[in-house]
Amino acid sequence: MEQLQAPEDARVVDALRAGDEATFTMLVEDWSPAMLRVARIYVPTRAIAEDVVQETWIAVLRGIDRFQGRSSLRTWVFRILANTAKTRGERERRTVPLSALEDPLRVPEPAISADRFLDADHPNYPGHWASPPVSWSTQPEERLLGAETRAVIGGSIAKLPPGQRAVISLRDVEGWGSEEVCNVLGISETNQRVLLHRARAKVRQALEEYLDAGTEQ
Amino acid sequence: MSTATLSCQELVELVTDYLEDALPPEERARFEHHLERCRGCTTYVEQIRITIELTGHVHADDLDPRTRDAIVEAFRDWSSTG
Repeated sequence: MEQLQAPEDARVVDALRAGDEATFTMLVEDWSPAMLRVARIYVPTRAIAEDVVQETWIAVLRGIDRFQGRSSLRTWVFRILANTAKTRGERERRTVPLSALEDPLRVPEPAISADRFLDADHPNYPGHWASPPVSWSTQPEERLLGAETRAVIGGSIAKLPPGQRAVISLRDVEGWGSEEVCNVLGISETNQRVLLHRARAKVRQALEEYLDAGTEQ
Repeated sequence: MSTATLSCQELVELVTDYLEDALPPEERARFEHHLERCRGCTTYVEQIRITIELTGHVHADDLDPRTRDAIVEAFRDWSSTG
């Protein structure tokens, strides 16, 4: 089993087992923001999500001697988190978002409002853009990369349904690959892509509204 | 959905599958063929790429400092008894 473990993970696990507080604190600070997002898929409030994250880290410490490196340390920690949050969520009787995570295709949701396209029975250009997006290439770099733009993105992510919020957080904020996200959340590649697609479409929409408003004459 | 062409409205729903390299080859070809001639969709795909990049600069909310401190405290208990 040992040879499957990434060298970095092996070093971190050894440090934790040896009681290295700095390593532990670094992991807690690095991973907890994303852990809160994942917990919120299953539990109704931020306060309960904080509890779940705390409970998870304690479970990680109790279980670290049993960690064998069959998955990455991060996947292992996030799976403990997801299970802890699910159990807690069942106790809080919150099951609706969970079904949305497992079967997002049941409720269709267009990436772009239908009124931005020509009607399907348009004689020449059915389904063509009626109101196409305006390129952001003329936007000043400082604006695109500015704190206000980040706040717009952060605000739009905060407003997403919990499943979409968790997936875009792991994929695009944290930079995880799709396989690890599916593994941690226990969802198919297809459902993961649907959640990601909807999340990205809404964040793009929020950016468009913000950027277009600033350039209108 | 027509087998020959893709409308803009259809294309925007395939953008994530396209970027994730999850489109079957024929569908990918139709997608790229449409992009070559459609400025609106080219802009849309470009905006999604920019959105992904900018989202990577966002920092998610940290734990409440009290939760963080409680977790570190739990670590100290654990390592002193472990």
